[in-house]
Amino acid sequence: MIKIDHLVKNYGSNCAVDDISFEIQSGEIVGFLGPNGAGKSTTMNVLTGYISSTSGNISIDGIDILDDPLAVKQKIGYLPEQPPLYLDMTVREYLNFIYELKSCKLPREEHLKEICETVKIQDVSGRIIKNLSKGYRQRIGVAQALIGNPSVIIFDEPTVGLDPKQVIEIRHLIRGLGKNHTVILSTHILQEVQAVCDRIIIINKGKIVADEKTENISRVVASNRRFNAKICGPQKDVLAMLKAKQGITYCEALAEKDGDACTYLIESEPGTDIRKNLFYSLAERNWPLIGLEALGMNLEDIFISVVDQSDANEKATKYRPAKKNRARNTRSQLETSVATEMVEEAEKKRADSLSEQSPAGQSGPDADDRSWDRHDPAQESK
Amino acid sequence: MLAIYKKELRAYFINPIGYVFIGVFLTFAALSCCYTTIIQASYSTTNYFTIMIFAFAILIPLLTMRSFAEERKLKTEQLLLTAPVTITGMVFGKYLAALTIYLGSMLTSLVNLIPIYVIGKQERANTSYSVIHIGPVTSQIVGEFVGVLLLGAAFIAIGVLISSLTENQLSAAVVSISVILVMVLINLLNNATDRDGQQLISNYAIRFVLNWVSVLDRYSIFGTGRLDLAGLVYYASLVFVSLFLTIRVYEKRRWS
Repeated sequence: MIKIDHLVKNYGSNCAVDDISFEIQSGEIVGFLGPNGAGKSTTMNVLTGYISSTSGNISIDGIDILDDPLAVKQKIGYLPEQPPLYLDMTVREYLNFIYELKSCKLPREEHLKEICETVKIQDVSGRIIKNLSKGYRQRIGVAQALIGNPSVIIFDEPTVGLDPKQVIEIRHLIRGLGKNHTVILSTHILQEVQAVCDRIIIINKGKIVADEKTENISRVVASNRRFNAKICGPQKDVLAMLKAKQGITYCEALAEKDGDACTYLIESEPGTDIRKNLFYSLAERNWPLIGLEALGMNLEDIFISVVDQSDANEKATKYRPAKKNRARNTRSQLETSVATEMVEEAEKKRADSLSEQSPAGQSGPDADDRSWDRHDPAQESK
Repeated sequence: MLAIYKKELRAYFINPIGYVFIGVFLTFAALSCCYTTIIQASYSTTNYFTIMIFAFAILIPLLTMRSFAEERKLKTEQLLLTAPVTITGMVFGKYLAALTIYLGSMLTSLVNLIPIYVIGKQERANTSYSVIHIGPVTSQIVGEFVGVLLLGAAFIAIGVLISSLTENQLSAAVVSISVILVMVLINLLNNATDRDGQQLISNYAIRFVLNWVSVLDRYSIFGTGRLDLAGLVYYASLVFVSLFLTIRVYEKRRWS
């Protein structure tokens, strides 16, 4: 459906997108995640033909964006970061204009009405956009992207500025769109990605650092490997016991107290369920377990870890290889391990695709060299 | 392209700018026509059209200043550039919309010439001799009118180009006004003579360049009532080059 192949975009000497490759299947909802300035918007702008790539190919439904830009643009509905609205038009005028601009063939009245209903703007259709609130403007932006029923819909942070109810509505809408459209969603709200997307691509400093199915991540996230346990008993002894126990990789006493019970944060080894075991051994010692709460893993922490990890890796390969595996005390190991796994996998993919492209010679060039090599004169002249 | 053309045309009337342009232009045209012909008791429209050219040097930038500058500022150009429209279509749509407003008001301003014809007819009826022509010379008026139309078309193209270079409407207007005024006034520099009747600028190369830039030189041939092919090509190429550069500006921005 959508194929991005070794995309590179340089702004002068600044490399915004550095050799990104991925494929998106029809009907997939893909979340594009990354810190500010990671290259999300740049990738989307290249994908929609707003700016051009320095090198690399993009094709949609097998049509290269440089060969037939109009045909590709016809297939894309795009909502940029700032919804592109003509503030002095009424909503109806604006949508009519978009309809004509996209030279849409669908029956006008019905199509526009349907879209207005899906994004719930039918009751403001006669009003001037200037006078509408941010939420309504955002929804008009979404409506604009839907006109012409494009097969690919690209949203750049669609829920910014909406109230919680509208956010849920828009997420719902995007999920609905995923049934017969391909949706790419850029955001930095992680719950949104988790709620909406089938697949998550995390990008940092212009590189893909992780590319995973959401369900995989969610499974990891939801796995019961971390608990808050409330245990009555002398804190020191309990802690010592927990630390000594097999299957527990990490434990810590929290400040929270409930009568004579302390709360402990426990992390278990992957693949072992320590709850029963824990209960029996506490019962043996006569320390009642009065609460056991499973904690999901924090997607946010994974995200930060992934980004950190990729930064660290980059630094490690560039400056200090020895520091690559230095222990991290700030974050718990769980997220770090998941993140490492994801980053390594993404790197492997990158390496694979690189070796595919140039089987010999380029064993380990650094990033700058690579972007120069890819400078394709044939595209420059277009 | 048609969609953009229609939208632009509508935008001129949603915004006050279309009304301002048409209103100021028509008022000014009527006043200057009245002053240069009827009050001066003259049938010659040369002064009228010359004044109009100077008025356009200031008015046309008002018409073109927002065409691209505003799109850039509101980020709506992102919409146009990601829509299935070519950049050429976008530029021409905008250019033609401005041209339409200009053409419309120019045609409306022809009303100003009716009184001259009426007065001419009356005077002809009152005089017994018919050896010399009394009343306005239609061929001259047509020539001047076509000349001003072509000049305006070129000015609009220049204004559109300058508007595409900035995202500030005001600076677009100011720069356009100065560029167009220079192009109009350079004629004076070229024709300037010192006390002895010697040309101030005698270097042929400089004169040639100045002559090329001077838009008024070509116009004066139209003023004699002749349809000058060279002038026509000159103005058409001015339009073409400006619009071509506008397209290049957008292409360049995409690729940088």
